[in-house]
Amino acid sequence: MNPPAVDYLYIVSAALFILSLKWMNSPDTARRGVFAGEIGMLLAITGTLAAHQVFNWQWILAAFLIGSAVGVPIAYIMPMTAVPQRTAMSHACGALAAALVGTAEYYRSVRIHAPLPAFEMVALVVETLLGFLTFTGSLMAMGKLQEILPSRPLTYRGQNVINLALFTVAAVLGVRLILVPADAWIFPVFAGLALLFGVLLIVPIGGADMPTVIALLNSYAGLSACAMGFALNNKLLVVAGALDGSSGLILSIIMCKAMNRSFTNVLFGAFGQIQASQGAAEKRPVRSASAEEAASILESASSVIVVPGYGLAVAQAQHKIRELYDNLMKRGIDVKFAIHPVAGRMPGHMNVLLAEADIPYDRLVEMEEINSEFAQCDVALVIGANDVTNPKARNDPSSPIYGMPILDVDKARTVMVIKRSMSPGFAGIDNDLYYMDRTLMLFGDAKMFVTEIVKELPARAAA
Amino acid sequence: MTGDLGVGLFVFMLATFVGLEVIHKVSRLLHTPLMSMTNAISAISVVGAILITGAQGATTLSKVLGFIAITAAVTNIVSGFLITDRMLKMFKKRGGAK
Repeated sequence: MNPPAVDYLYIVSAALFILSLKWMNSPDTARRGVFAGEIGMLLAITGTLAAHQVFNWQWILAAFLIGSAVGVPIAYIMPMTAVPQRTAMSHACGALAAALVGTAEYYRSVRIHAPLPAFEMVALVVETLLGFLTFTGSLMAMGKLQEILPSRPLTYRGQNVINLALFTVAAVLGVRLILVPADAWIFPVFAGLALLFGVLLIVPIGGADMPTVIALLNSYAGLSACAMGFALNNKLLVVAGALDGSSGLILSIIMCKAMNRSFTNVLFGAFGQIQASQGAAEKRPVRSASAEEAASILESASSVIVVPGYGLAVAQAQHKIRELYDNLMKRGIDVKFAIHPVAGRMPGHMNVLLAEADIPYDRLVEMEEINSEFAQCDVALVIGANDVTNPKARNDPSSPIYGMPILDVDKARTVMVIKRSMSPGFAGIDNDLYYMDRTLMLFGDAKMFVTEIVKELPARAAA
Repeated sequence: MTGDLGVGLFVFMLATFVGLEVIHKVSRLLHTPLMSMTNAISAISVVGAILITGAQGATTLSKVLGFIAITAAVTNIVSGFLITDRMLKMFKKRGGAK
């Protein structure tokens, strides 16, 4: 279908896309990867425009201008804390594009009475189904992340049954469309059901599960682009979609493992159901400390591991943490950051937030690598993290988070936790870490408290 | 068409395995930029949208749907690549220029 020259160009583009992802394996080469991706994209678009007789230039040009006018400000203005929302939005955009192209292609075939071959019809149905459901699903995820929608799970009785029924009806209509493509009335119903299913799929999911959901939607968006490649018989689309799909798949598997959920559990959307069950936790004594005491403990330590959670970003404390980091490093104290895979609101989010605050990336250490170091570390400073430090995940089989991989913060010689109050975290589970003899609770706002600690530090050095 | 289908599935299978291998090696530090990058790459669907919009004798419906699709995809391409680069610029080694 395509003239041969553009096919060769597409091959080069596909190779560049693969290289761009390969170069993401290290921060040293990653920017080269972005460049390769851009070149690949440019080649593919110019090749397409040059090789085909393209009409309706004004429409295409206008769309390019509007898209760029929207895209550039998004890229530069978006604060790093809002990157998850942007990502959800771009899943929505990508999925919408695929779904609409599928829709247009379908109506074209109906209009000219040239039913698509069965195989292309299968691809088209998959493309529009995934596209539409990912579109509304991603909008819901974005709404929850932006807190326009309540981030708590919205559940009702028979939810899974209704969702399953809805999906079955949509799938049956899809099959019917494949068998009898001329039945054009089915298409809007089918599309409507897919849109509705996307909403219902994401609404019951709580804020804590958003990292998994975003990764999963990423995978769906990629697969719908891939299906589009089959429908249009375009191999480049197949390759790019498959890369996106497998990336989303890997990230969602990593997120699942980090939260100890099974993959099927996620696929059927039946997650985010953990309820705060033990409301009547007995009052247990905790030890608290002032900023001055915390400063003197940090000062006499020789190694410190900071455990950041999303609460740190909420309090906008990243830059203050860096001041603390600089101060301690200057005193010859070894400071590292322990990054749990689900710290933040999407895969890798915490790394970006800390990198933005100019913390060198070789100080950001993954959970598997740093866990063995807690036992030798003098102070573990937990800021805005909760469930990922709860020893119950290791030693209390009755706990809802039992089995979840955690940071072994409780093994440190001294643990300090900056926290507003004793209220439980996302999962509503009391954290045993706070009641240990070696734990000091530093009550207050993360940013204020770190600022105070930093203030105490130089004063002592001078004295 | 069966030939195309066969080749298409073959390409899909290979691309998926390449994707899984390559992405497995991506540093965990960079998972957020990775996601915005794959997003931008899969916005290659703009090619399909261009062909739909620019087809000879495209109906108004095709043009409108294609127009929205191109706008959405271009937004992804532009913001995806730019924000990925913006994030990657932040990752510095110790002792690097501040």
